[in-house]
Amino acid sequence: MSGAGLDPRTAPKFQVAARVLVGDSQMRKNVRHATKVIQTKRAKVVAEMPDWQKLREAGQAIRQHTLRHLDFYLEQFERNCTAAGGVVHWARNAEEARQIVIGLVKSSGAMGESPTEVIKIKSMTTEEIQLNKALEEAGVHAYETDLAELIIQLGHDQPSHIVVPALHKNRAQIREIFMREMNLPDLGGTPQDLADAARRFLREKFLRVKTAVSGANFLVAETGGVCIVESEGNGRMCLTLPETLISVAGIDKVVPRYQDLEVLLQLLPRSATGERMNPYNSLWTGVDPTQKGGDGPRTFHVVLMDNARSEILADKEARQTLQCIRCGACQNACPVYQQTGGHAYGSVYAGPIGAILTPQLMQMHHAQSLPYASSLCGACYEVCPVKINIPEVLIHLRNKVVKQQSSGFHILANPEVMALKAVAQVFRSDKVFRVSQKLGRLAELPLSHKDGQGVGWIDWLPGMLGGWTQVRDLRVMPKQTFREWFEEREKNKQGANNGR
Amino acid sequence: MNGIGGILRVSLFITCYNDTLFPETGQAVVKVLERLGHTVDFPSKQTCCGQMHWNTGYQEEALPLLPRFIEQFKDSEVVVCPSTSCIAMMKDHYPLMAERSNDEGLKKAVAEILPRVWEFSQFLTQKLGIEDVGAYFPHRVTYHASCHGLRSLQLGDGPQRLLRAVRGLELVEIETLEQCCGFGGTFAIKNAEVSSAMLADKVRSVLNTRAEVVTGCDNSCLMHIGGSLHRQRTGVRPVHIAEILAGE
Repeated sequence: MSGAGLDPRTAPKFQVAARVLVGDSQMRKNVRHATKVIQTKRAKVVAEMPDWQKLREAGQAIRQHTLRHLDFYLEQFERNCTAAGGVVHWARNAEEARQIVIGLVKSSGAMGESPTEVIKIKSMTTEEIQLNKALEEAGVHAYETDLAELIIQLGHDQPSHIVVPALHKNRAQIREIFMREMNLPDLGGTPQDLADAARRFLREKFLRVKTAVSGANFLVAETGGVCIVESEGNGRMCLTLPETLISVAGIDKVVPRYQDLEVLLQLLPRSATGERMNPYNSLWTGVDPTQKGGDGPRTFHVVLMDNARSEILADKEARQTLQCIRCGACQNACPVYQQTGGHAYGSVYAGPIGAILTPQLMQMHHAQSLPYASSLCGACYEVCPVKINIPEVLIHLRNKVVKQQSSGFHILANPEVMALKAVAQVFRSDKVFRVSQKLGRLAELPLSHKDGQGVGWIDWLPGMLGGWTQVRDLRVMPKQTFREWFEEREKNKQGANNGR
Repeated sequence: MNGIGGILRVSLFITCYNDTLFPETGQAVVKVLERLGHTVDFPSKQTCCGQMHWNTGYQEEALPLLPRFIEQFKDSEVVVCPSTSCIAMMKDHYPLMAERSNDEGLKKAVAEILPRVWEFSQFLTQKLGIEDVGAYFPHRVTYHASCHGLRSLQLGDGPQRLLRAVRGLELVEIETLEQCCGFGGTFAIKNAEVSSAMLADKVRSVLNTRAEVVTGCDNSCLMHIGGSLHRQRTGVRPVHIAEILAGE
């Protein structure tokens, strides 16, 4: 799973990847431990908020309102960002966004030089478009400066979580990566040792590299400002030291007013890392003119990227997907994610939000197995700070997948579609249902064994039903259905009454 | 002992899988309700609520099952069903299904009937307002909270209160009560490996309680957990809560 990028276009089906990962006991232990720690921290800081449910509703309302008037707020953001000295670029898709960023990086050097390095703040949007790979191909090396992203980058690995991208690795594994990649044969194994190594490695990059690339947590339409929250201070370094700053943001990241952050910056850190607020909250608007000599970049670009978000917005039942503020709470709460880790989802967006976002970003041409990567237990919806009803969206997307699979000749290649359509016919008539119950009892006869208690059990089923009997027995159908029992009872009652 | 609201005529929606695989649960529901003084009828043309099709993405196939349900139960005083996930299906999705049908009559019928539809344990604790149904079940029992009961129906500790009132019953709380068992309908087959891994965690929790019986308000989860308990020859058996409450 490591090395190659997480690309939904080429990734194996979820169930295929999951089969492999469920066997990785070290990864599972790491993921289980990390998600439990974050869940516990989150539960504690959420419980201390008496108005948490009201806050969630407010967050949902802000996000819904913004999405309903997205065109208006995006244009307002562009006007205000431009007036403050920023330059706004529009990208319809990933390729346009990559080309814009590469062009901006190449022209960002002093005295006509073309930089060969950039420093980066952790950003899911740039992961989504595999920007680092594109930059590398254009002769520009991107240094990830977030500790977890650095671990991923040095380990030639892929992120497995929206907020904590290296949570599938434990400390011993991280030490091995640092020893090998930073050439530190004597590196100790304490958290302090590892943090020191990362600091020494990164500090030099912060001071040397003059171009930075970031994502954005929020764009504020009212001020044209950009907001990034983080925990390590690496972001603050990237936002203040370089001469040129390029921020890539999905068009869904805009909020109307500065004051809206009051709600969202309460919801986000508590949901994401179980903190009351993030250690570093950076908000910047435009540039600091050279003559003033203050901090911050002299050139500032925002790349506003659509990349299928407009299509998601057009789907009435799925558009709530775009309310997401990328806190990762749904991933930590998800029992499926806890078993498989993030790489099974074949996308940088893993877990429940990935299961609804990724197929939609692929416009349902890829990742059709992801809407099924859920038991619909609802734990994700329960913790979502902006109340995205993820199970509802999953079901809606399943319907889209089934419609694809049922069209034309596809249906013949799919025994599941045929079977479920046949069963649907059974339920449409109580008479057919009764006959099917009787036939079922006959059909299972050859598979049944009696246990010590004299009860019939099935321990092997053919075809796709075999998934059940891999680890579970199935009790045979009783001789009498409920309705047969009830009707017999009614008849006997009547008989008794008549006989009186 | 029949609680608030006097004597009720209860129409039983047994659900397709309880009808076929777990008739003893339906028989227990009838026994408990009749013991409390209510009468039970069984509309004979009922089949399935549509959950499996709806949740797997076969929404067009699920749609005709809604008018069938309405036709069977529209005149019922109350409808009781011993399955949390089927009730959640109805409460969460029937309004949307009716909306999609563009049938004003159906929309109205759904809006009228849903407040009269009850999950079995919720019917006892909330509609009738009782906890002690006069049952006797001398066993060590742990309760599995099915996700739909927990999150969609908000059953809270209603089922546990019913169990604590059973004479002879020793209720042991399971760790990770709010963790899904990994059934998830067709998920158990489509994602068998992940479902099995989730099941392994749940079975470990069940065994840690040293209970003889694992109970719950949904036979689908219990069939999944019980299937593994039987495969491993643990001797722990799944029993629907209605069957415990029918014990005497």
